[in-house]
Amino acid sequence: MDFNAKIPDGPIEDKWTGHLESIRLVGPRNRPKYKIIVVGSGLSGGATAASLAAMGYKVNCFCFQDSPRRAHSIAAQGGINAAKNYRNDGDSVFRLFMDTQKGGDYRAREANVYRLAQCSTGIIDQAVAQGVPFAREYGGMLANRSFGGVLVQRTFYCRGETGQQLLLGANSSLAEQIRNGGVKMHTRSEMMDLVVVDGRTRGIVYRDLVTGEVRSESADAVVLATGGYCNVYFLSTNAKGCNVTAIWRAYKRGAAMANPNFVQIHPTCIPASGDHQAKLTLMSESLRNDGRIWVPKNQDDQRKPSDIPEEDRYYYLEERYPRFGNLVPRDVAARNAKDVCDSGMGVGSTGYGVYLDFCDAIHEQGEKAVNAKYANLFEMYERITSDDPRHTPMRIYPAPHYTMGGLWVDYNLMTTIPGLFAVGEANFSDHGANRLGASSLMQCLADGYFVLPATIGDYLSRHPSAEISADDQHFKAVEHEVRDRLLKLMSIKGNRSASSLHRQLGKLMIDHCGISRNQQGLEEALRKIPQMKEEFGSQLSVPGSDDQVNQALEHAGRLSDFYDFAELMCRDALHRDESCGCHFREEHQTAEGEALRNDEKFANVSAWQYRGEDNEAELYQESLEFEAAPLAQRNYKT
Amino acid sequence: MKLHLRIWRQKDGSSPGQFGEYDLDGVRDEMSFLEMLDVLNEQLIDGGEEPVAFDSDCREGVCGMCSLVINGKAHGPLAGTTTCQLYMRHFNEGDVVTIEPWRSSAFPVLRDLIVDRSAFDRIMQAGGYVTLHSGPKPEPNSIPIEPEVAEQALDAATCIGCGACVAACPNGSAMLYTAAKVSHLGLLPQGQPERYGRVKKMVDQMDQEGFGACRNYAECEAQCPKEISINFISQMNRDYLKATLSEPVDRRSKMSSQ
Ligand code: SF4
Ligand code: FES
Repeated sequence: MDFNAKIPDGPIEDKWTGHLESIRLVGPRNRPKYKIIVVGSGLSGGATAASLAAMGYKVNCFCFQDSPRRAHSIAAQGGINAAKNYRNDGDSVFRLFMDTQKGGDYRAREANVYRLAQCSTGIIDQAVAQGVPFAREYGGMLANRSFGGVLVQRTFYCRGETGQQLLLGANSSLAEQIRNGGVKMHTRSEMMDLVVVDGRTRGIVYRDLVTGEVRSESADAVVLATGGYCNVYFLSTNAKGCNVTAIWRAYKRGAAMANPNFVQIHPTCIPASGDHQAKLTLMSESLRNDGRIWVPKNQDDQRKPSDIPEEDRYYYLEERYPRFGNLVPRDVAARNAKDVCDSGMGVGSTGYGVYLDFCDAIHEQGEKAVNAKYANLFEMYERITSDDPRHTPMRIYPAPHYTMGGLWVDYNLMTTIPGLFAVGEANFSDHGANRLGASSLMQCLADGYFVLPATIGDYLSRHPSAEISADDQHFKAVEHEVRDRLLKLMSIKGNRSASSLHRQLGKLMIDHCGISRNQQGLEEALRKIPQMKEEFGSQLSVPGSDDQVNQALEHAGRLSDFYDFAELMCRDALHRDESCGCHFREEHQTAEGEALRNDEKFANVSAWQYRGEDNEAELYQESLEFEAAPLAQRNYKT
Repeated sequence: MKLHLRIWRQKDGSSPGQFGEYDLDGVRDEMSFLEMLDVLNEQLIDGGEEPVAFDSDCREGVCGMCSLVINGKAHGPLAGTTTCQLYMRHFNEGDVVTIEPWRSSAFPVLRDLIVDRSAFDRIMQAGGYVTLHSGPKPEPNSIPIEPEVAEQALDAATCIGCGACVAACPNGSAMLYTAAKVSHLGLLPQGQPERYGRVKKMVDQMDQEGFGACRNYAECEAQCPKEISINFISQMNRDYLKATLSEPVDRRSKMSSQ
């Protein structure tokens, strides 16, 4: 198996430009002869499909929602980073690169990260040209805000809906290409499997979610832009439909899965209020700038939080981390919240919540000033919980938010199956073991607008376009497998919904492969997942038929892949016997409880290769080089 | 709390529908409306009955996927709120809650509460974009934009494309949605070159899709979860009038001849 990342030679700042100049191209006359499938219509998928079609390729784009505009990129709130240095505060491509590498705790590939930083500025230009209404200063220049533990102001934003506006921009370009006939859009269509013929990716099998039909689409190359897999935890900030199926099916057809255990847990979300909870809502991290985090010192304190006097409150972050206090990085904040709740000090109906209190801020700055900063967030919180955070402290708890792991890709964003590419959150490439705030939108659009449209030509030019019919026997065989799988799910006829089974898996995963992990817990999870899968196989209920809209069947199909994927996640977490970024192995921490990396053994990417139903996945390693940004230990205490 | 639910059930687009009646116990204040339906569905599925099909995805009020006419109001009784952000504390013990899909001939029902809103996408495809390729673009600060203008454009661009405006309108008009899309680009300098052609094409597409005419009921604005202002409709009408007075000529085929 080929694990050569194909990183171009030369100094880091010249790698991408040099690559662009030497890469093979497909001429404008030949492009319309190539068919490309893009699965997913979010920032990375929408941008990819629109960019490729504008170049002349014939694109088929798929999404399971009813419109490409609904992909979950739309929910990103905060902003997008770009090394524009508009604030004259010393920002540069190199600094953005360094911040991303450091944030990722040195578990990302330098060349990719540098390229990402290089592409960042062009994204803003592209988005503005599309009509994305970024915030402006009075003089009409673009405004910036600070974001997530960096020393420069480089984040561009549209109120609290930057994701929606950037997606509408990509979506408008996609609409243009649909109009021109360059893109054929397939909505309410879910990819069910990948078709590989003679070692090359030749198309997908998908299900029409309205009629239930299972069909195929053939192509010269397939791009997966199917997002992350946080819903393995059932409760996460992801949309209800987000799932692992597309990349998991690709994995089973031979694409390696890299670092699947790397999941970012966002520290400030609204806690679950009970078993009915369907998903968790994120509250912007900026709240930690003014809010103080605490729990009552006495577990049984029944008083209203505002009646609890100072001396009975435990401001655990301020006490444990005097220098950064409430502004410690995401993973440190998340871990500490879990820690105090596990020890029984948590608040709220489930005991899994901590207070985020604005009393002191209001006291010092006045209600008006605090309101001006957070009014929309306060309103959102009040809408959900009916508490006004100006008077009652907010309750928050960490929630899975973003997955850094994903399909392994080389520098050209190609997976280990020739002709299969992965972009955006679906690949593993740029964020290492933890993602910096406001960097996900940047990566999706860099991949979609600039990187993939260039690199895919290198593959296509080596493989003359060749029509393969979707009636070909290879496609028919995979369609058959897909139908069998669906019928199997329908025939279990048990008495439990996919939701209740999914919730059970989610609980296991968050307990053992979530905010913090240890060998014993991971081994236990690895024992229990197969049992749960068996329960699924005997207790699942999917009423109705498969030739109509059947949301229970959709959920069951996605869940069945989550079981297998969860196993691989735990195996990966178990194997990575170090702590790094979001991956905190309790066995590896400093005396102060900080993550302790083991660079000698684990300065690498774990890439897992499927070896059949009855065998364990095989592990390959891509070692990482640190030339431009030498390794350094993180320290947020002093 | 205990509720009585009257929910529209319809097998598919070609079958007739009718209301199903359900008593649901154990509804809690802190459930969202969709979580309440999730609970109902879990009970139905556990008992081997077909669950109620409804659309949702983000569940945080931004994707525009959720819908539902609740007791006669699109997205329910609360102003400025999508169904997924509506909480059960706004209902009372013993309430009868009637839940229907968007009703509009341009949004045919696919199943139960799910409708086909692809007409909205076709309006976008008719002209809701700035024609461009991906690649190097001018430095954005070379075209300063007054913050007020950018904010107004964003006020329009905040539309989540949910379709409540159509469901709320006695005429089933899609003017608010189309106006929001037209105005977003029409306000910005980047949208100027195609401004009049765009409004013409989008409005014509809207008419072709079979949406009703606007009679100024203003129900769209009242029930829009993002509180999009109907002033955008008058802006669009002005642009449309201008566009029809001096019908823009599409020269594209001539321009690219060699
Ligand atoms: S204008 Fe309002 S109601 Fe209509 S689609 Fe947009 S957000 Fe929904
Ligand atoms: S589910 Fe996304 S807006 Fe309601």
